[in-house]
Order: sequence, then C-alpha cells, then structure tokens
Amino acid sequence: MVNYIWMAMMVIGVLVAAINGHVEVVTKAALEGAQVAVKTSLDLIAIITFWLGIMKLAEAAGLVQALARLVQPITRFLFPSVPKEHPAMGAIVMNLSANILGLGNASTPMGLIAMQELQKLNRGNPKEATDAMCTFLALNTSCITLIPTTIIGIRLIYGSADPTEIVGTTIFATAMGMTAAICMDRLLRYLYYRRR
Amino acid sequence: MFGIVSDLSRWAVPIVLLLVPLLAMLRGVNVYEKFVEGAEAGFGTAIKTIPFLVAMLVAISIFRASGALDMMTSVLAPVLSLVGFPAEVLPHAIMRPLSGGASLGIATDIIKTYGPDSFIGRLVSTMQGSSDTTFYVLTLYFGSVGISRYRYSIISGLCADFTTLIASVYVAHKLFGPA
Repeated sequence: MVNYIWMAMMVIGVLVAAINGHVEVVTKAALEGAQVAVKTSLDLIAIITFWLGIMKLAEAAGLVQALARLVQPITRFLFPSVPKEHPAMGAIVMNLSANILGLGNASTPMGLIAMQELQKLNRGNPKEATDAMCTFLALNTSCITLIPTTIIGIRLIYGSADPTEIVGTTIFATAMGMTAAICMDRLLRYLYYRRR
Repeated sequence: MFGIVSDLSRWAVPIVLLLVPLLAMLRGVNVYEKFVEGAEAGFGTAIKTIPFLVAMLVAISIFRASGALDMMTSVLAPVLSLVGFPAEVLPHAIMRPLSGGASLGIATDIIKTYGPDSFIGRLVSTMQGSSDTTFYVLTLYFGSVGISRYRYSIISGLCADFTTLIASVYVAHKLFGPA
C-alpha cells in the first residue's frame, strides 16, 4: 500500500511538473523535502533523549506498570496481543494522555517508546507492523485533543470574538474519527488474516 | 471546563517531573544513573527515523510543488460543492494528512481571508483541530523501529481522517449555520 502511494506521489508529481513546463521545481522540492525531514529528526533528538530518561525513571519507580494496571480493562480489549502489565501499555497510555492534553512535545517520545516496546513483542517479520502497532497508530492519529491550542491561537490573532468556540465541534469531529479508526482497524485486521 | 483542561495542560509536565524522580528515589533507585541509562537510546532512536522521513517528505514535497495537488483540488471541488462541501476548504482537507506545516498554513490563510468567525473560518478551524498528520505520524513511528511494511495502517488512518472531515462539515453546518 505505502509502496503504491509513495510511487504515485513521485511519478504523478514529476509528470505534472513536466506537463506544466516547470520540471525544475521537482529538483528543488526534493531537496527541500529531504532537508525538512532531517531537520525534524534532529529536532527530535533533544526531546526524545529527555523523555526516554524520564520514562526509564518512571519504570524504575513502578509508575509505568501501575498506570498500565489502572487502564487494563480498556487496553485488554484494544490490545489483546499485549501481555497485561507490559511496559508497552504504560507508554501507550502516556502517549495518548499527552495527546489528549495537547502536549505535542511529550507525546511523540512516549509514542516512540511505545513502538519500541511493541517491537520487542514482534514475533514475526521485524520489518512488518504487528496488530498492536496498527491499533496503536489508528488510535494515535485520530486521538482526541481537548484543547487545540495552535488553531485557537491563530483565531485569536485574527480577531475572533470567541476563539474557543470550535472546541466543542473539534471534540465531536475527532470522536467520530476515533470511533471510525477503531472499527476500521478491527475490520481490516479481520480481512487481512482472512485473505492470507 | 476550558479553564480546568488548560490548567491541566500547563501543570502536567511539571508534575511528572516532580513526582517521577521523587518516587524513584523513595524506591531506592539511583535516579541520575537511571535517567542517563534511559536517555542513552535517544540519539539512536531519532537518527533511525531519518531515511523514512526523507523518503516520505520528499515524495510529498514533489507532489505539492509540481502542482499535482492543485490539480486534484480543482477536479474535486465542483463535485464536492454539490453535497454542501465548501470548495474553499478542500486544499486543506487534502493537505491535512500529508503535511502539518502546510495544512496549518492553509488554515491560517483561510482564516485571514474569510475571518475566524465566518462559516468557512470556523469549519477550517474545526478541521485543523480535529485531525492529525497521518502520513507523518505513521512514517515517524514505524521508522523509529525500522518497520517499512505498514499493512493496512494507512487505510485505517485515512478512513479516520475522512470520517473526521465529514463530521467536521456536518457539525459546522449544524452549529454555525448554513454557508
């Protein structure tokens, strides 16, 4: 799937640029994209290093395991393949909580830690996503944010009479998305195994 | 409600940074040593994402700069406006899963042009706030553990984005009146 999408973006991009008579933009765009990617990864070094340290402490203090136990009823339904009280659960919960609170800086490192823990449970091909990873990412990309701070800030700058009035509509829309994500994840997993 | 949540956001990280070392210390953990031990893996994790992010962001960048995205928009807009989907926000809807920065730029531009309290402005605010940069998140998260086969993840992610989009348009129509 990702192979086709990736190829389509490249091929269609180059062809359209050529047809429009400005094929040279492709070269520039490719370099710019690569630069943004590397810069993003480098920026991540700082926050990931910091949060990995904190998470290690939280694990040593028994906090991650306690958190995992607390949300067990929900996570056992969502992640049947992850053993209960596994550190992956703690990291997943931390990541989703940070997402909900709109703490972007903290949520990414937590998410990457969760992925590492899930990868430890991967008994199949190490290059292929597991069921639990697919579920986790479906939840993560559709996760509710209680206060979308960035867009509220922009509404404020441009003189909105009530910058936060979109909070309710946002929560509604994202709750629908999250429901769809969970259902699609289950459905696609079922189809995936049936096809094999 | 808004006040409580915003206080919670402000306090969450400081509270974690207060409680975690304290509790670890009480458990007899050598906190400094343990922190460094965990943090060691940070550099490697971040660097590992580079090839994956480069691959994805280069493709998105080319697709966007070539004008292919604009073409997609101009083909889809007349069809979608038939079902009450305002053509003005379509570029945002298409860009949202691909690029966080670019979609925020489009949202800002729309809010500037139409005003934050217009129907279009409120709709695009809802759309921006309610969804995430699916492609970026998948690339980054899978990349950090060296996974290149995403199975059905992109489909479920895009289905969720599409549902969020429909729900945004629906709820904006309901609450903020017809455009």
